[in-house]
Amino acid sequence: MSADTTSTAPLAAARAPALLRRHWLWLAAIVLALAIPWLFFDWSKGRHSGFALTMLSEIGLMSVFALSFNMLMGQTGLLSFGHAILFGLGGYCTAHTLNAAKAGLFWLPVELIPLAGGLGGLVFGAVFGYVVTKQRATAFAMITMGLGELVAACALMFMGFFGGEGGISTDRVTGQSLFGIEYSTPWQVYCLVVAWTVIATMLMRLQTQTPLGRMANAQRDNFERTQFVGYDPRMIRFYQFTLSGFFAGIGGALYVLVYEIVTFDTVAAAKSATALLAAYIGGAGSFLGPFLGTIVVVLLQSGVSLISNAWLLYVGVLFIVMVMFAPGGIMGIVARHEPIARMGRLGELAVPYARILPPGLLLVLGFVTLVELAQLATIGSAQNKSLAIGGQPIDPHNGLPWAIGAAMLVAGGLWMRREARVFRARWDALMEEAKARGLPV
Amino acid sequence: MSGGAITLRGVEKSFGATKIIRGVDLAIARGERHAMIGPNGAGKTTLFNLISGRFPISSGTIEINGQSIHGLPAHQINRLGLSRSFQITSIFPRLSVFENIRCGLLWARGYRYSFWHLLGGARALNEEADQVLERLGLQDRRNVPAGLLSYAEQRALEIGITVAGGADIILLDEPTSGMSHSETEHAVRLIRSVSEGKTLLMVEHDMNVVFGLADVITVLVYGEIIASGPPAEIRANRAVQEAYLGSEAA
Amino acid sequence: MEVFLVSLLNGLVYGMLLFMLASGLTLILSMMGVLNFAHASAYMLGAYFAFTISQHIGFWPALIIAPLLCGLLGAMIEMYGLRRVHRNGHIAELLFTFGLALIIEKVVQMTWGLLPVPYRVPAGLDFPLFSIYGTQFPAYRAFMLLISLLMFGAIWLGLTRTRIGLVIQAALTHPDMVGALGHNVPRVFTTVFAAGTALAGLAGVIGGNYQVTEPAMAFTMGPIVFVVVVFGGLGSLTGCFIASLMMGLIQTFAVVLDYSPADLLRQFGIIVTSATPFHEVLTVPLPRVGALLPFLLLILILVFKPRGLMGTRDT
Ligand SMILES: Nc1ncnc2c1ncn2[C@@H]1O[C@H](COP(=O)(O)OP(=O)(O)O)[C@@H](O)[C@H]1O
Ligand SMILES: [Mg+2]
Repeated sequence: MSADTTSTAPLAAARAPALLRRHWLWLAAIVLALAIPWLFFDWSKGRHSGFALTMLSEIGLMSVFALSFNMLMGQTGLLSFGHAILFGLGGYCTAHTLNAAKAGLFWLPVELIPLAGGLGGLVFGAVFGYVVTKQRATAFAMITMGLGELVAACALMFMGFFGGEGGISTDRVTGQSLFGIEYSTPWQVYCLVVAWTVIATMLMRLQTQTPLGRMANAQRDNFERTQFVGYDPRMIRFYQFTLSGFFAGIGGALYVLVYEIVTFDTVAAAKSATALLAAYIGGAGSFLGPFLGTIVVVLLQSGVSLISNAWLLYVGVLFIVMVMFAPGGIMGIVARHEPIARMGRLGELAVPYARILPPGLLLVLGFVTLVELAQLATIGSAQNKSLAIGGQPIDPHNGLPWAIGAAMLVAGGLWMRREARVFRARWDALMEEAKARGLPV
Repeated sequence: MSGGAITLRGVEKSFGATKIIRGVDLAIARGERHAMIGPNGAGKTTLFNLISGRFPISSGTIEINGQSIHGLPAHQINRLGLSRSFQITSIFPRLSVFENIRCGLLWARGYRYSFWHLLGGARALNEEADQVLERLGLQDRRNVPAGLLSYAEQRALEIGITVAGGADIILLDEPTSGMSHSETEHAVRLIRSVSEGKTLLMVEHDMNVVFGLADVITVLVYGEIIASGPPAEIRANRAVQEAYLGSEAA
Repeated sequence: MEVFLVSLLNGLVYGMLLFMLASGLTLILSMMGVLNFAHASAYMLGAYFAFTISQHIGFWPALIIAPLLCGLLGAMIEMYGLRRVHRNGHIAELLFTFGLALIIEKVVQMTWGLLPVPYRVPAGLDFPLFSIYGTQFPAYRAFMLLISLLMFGAIWLGLTRTRIGLVIQAALTHPDMVGALGHNVPRVFTTVFAAGTALAGLAGVIGGNYQVTEPAMAFTMGPIVFVVVVFGGLGSLTGCFIASLMMGLIQTFAVVLDYSPADLLRQFGIIVTSATPFHEVLTVPLPRVGALLPFLLLILILVFKPRGLMGTRDT
């Protein structure tokens, strides 16, 4: 590596476009992340939309969390049901550090605060990891679930560190900054979140290319064989768990910076489940899958929950459908098109895709109608909510809307079955051909 | 003390009440090519599992390069310089062929659990892995997930992972099983070249392979060694002919 | 003393309820390798079904119909869901049931509302059976005990006296053998899954009015049942039985014994004040720790004795 003495200035200049070509995705993501808030900018008042910034910040911090979760699930084959404890404990550590810095115990710029969360996650990751990495597979899922419940219960029990039900509040405006930034506006915090999301994501990406990262894959594929190439699979799991704790902790720290409070929700089972849903829906088998999944989940969570209580139901159904029909998640679906794309015949799928779109929409619409009616009838009426379409109020106790919803569902389902058969035939034919050409399918 | 690569003394192994290995004494010298033959179910694989630390022994002692392996977990035995392959192919199916080989190299080249080295920049390591691929004849399958290889290719990869790290004691469990004639020939050439200057212990059913490759042959029947010696001696041995070769020689 | 007796009885009642849930889960986990996250959801559904049915036609029909409905649902889940996911391995099956549990919770919320429903003990059983030193023991708890004992007997007979029971028994310890014996494996699986779900539903019917029938009841009960199953050990119904009773007794007694580590230390002359390090941990009263105990036990057992009390195989 160090023998590389030929890198002179002109060579470096020639490399710049090559670098750009290799890393365009990162650059595009950063540019996009910084550009999107301006779409929601309120020019009349001259300020950013708080809702959009919060949602985007949530995507950033949750994707760090989901990616750290996938360091276990996708990369190492370990399904954790308690990953949020590392996220949450990182958050608590951050809140205490922030409060101490604010109180003047030490000087720590806000830009480096996420490291406090990371360190907290790392330490707790090592402590818990020592216990849980003795197991793998189903037993690992169980023991992490037990640990998650344990920590969540402790969070309500011990006031000193966790602050009980109220949690720990904090103030990110400590007046300590490397760049003289106050972090008093959501936009400033958002930029910090973007910066750390990029840093953490890059580090996790690089980690997959290290010996530990690769052996984690090997441990996932065939843990027993790793022993016969000199590795202790338990230690692979341990180091991987600890490192993923570091990144989960950074996610927790970003959470604290955004919301300025950390409560027991951050360690609870529901938080762990969110990471699992995001990683699986996006695709645990690829590095960027959890990132995509987080976008889907957060959009459903923030977007749908504005108008409906049922976001978790939609996410749950999406998850089940993925488990049953697309175990590779969104990225898996994309990847399955690769052989067809390589033959340059992706276009032939356009018509079949266009044909399953309307029945698919109808199916979804019917389902959503029924769900919304059902929840309007119970939860909604308890909360005095009402639904109106085009100024026409909908009464959930009337039979007609139900009948329409059910009709759309059934019709969509039947139609979908027919179109799916057409699609399947085309798909199989293309796959056959790819196989015949020796492409890996 | 010195000179012995693998030494077994009174090794026994029971699963529940059944004794599978019933007192095996065996000494394999450094640099020796040693073949183990015997009927199915004789306990050859079990013996490999004991030597490589996959199972604990019930009684007796096993020494690798003069050091007792009592109580050592499998990965530590591997670090003593002993590497083994599996009768039932055991590779990393979702990793590429190249990465399978590189996994076999990492510990031996001192990378341990490093999360600060980027493997893309480890030029010496990658070149070495590519050389192994070339010797295996798998270079044009380099980036294919190992799970998609053909059976014979997977068997070759299995050997590749085993020998990549340069262990000086190599245990191969039926490396050519299920291969066609030409594939077997290729595998034998491969085994011959990778075991150059090393200690080799292999289980094999193909007698042509055994007699062509081995310096010493041991015959295991029902968990006991009934004969051990140079090929000519084994060929002439009555007991062996009756117990084992007889059926095939007939 | 009276506290002890009453707690013992309550612990037994709760333990038997746990066994009704855990026995089905043990069967499913041991035979099919599926860690069924939706098992406690069946418990919840049993309670809600019983609530609705008893509003219309009374508690006694509900006692029969609700478990049957749950069993039917279980059979459908196994045939149309699990079997499809099976190809992708145990983790995929686990995830499938996890997703189901999420959905069932939301559906319950949407059907019966977010608040607890007034599912009450039937009037015919709503009287104190006897009282010990002034503490009354409700007749309904005796009824629960009776039902669970009957169930226990039925499971026992079913497993030892029927053909399919014997197959299931063999499969508990050697799941790979079922196919070799020439039995219709999918049918055995469906039966076991449906029966386990029906049992959980029954537990819900008699447990829903003993505890509270609310949408969160599955997610509070689920982990505890897992603990019992792991504690008892895979492939062992006896272990599961012992673990259920233990867990029931531990949790019941933890609630009554109002002590903290500080009280123990006081016996040795060490007084814990707010200045003592970790005083928060030391002054936690046992009733509050009670909720933690199952998970502490789960972790300890998975670390030190992964096979559980009487398990025959690794988890
Ligand atoms: N893990 C095990 N548990 C129980 N019995 C085993 C185990 N491994 C091997 N055996 C038994 O040991 C005997 C020898 O098997 P094996 O060593 O695989 O024979 P070989 O490799 O010589 O064909 C067989 O009867 C087999 O059933
Ligand atoms: Mg063998």
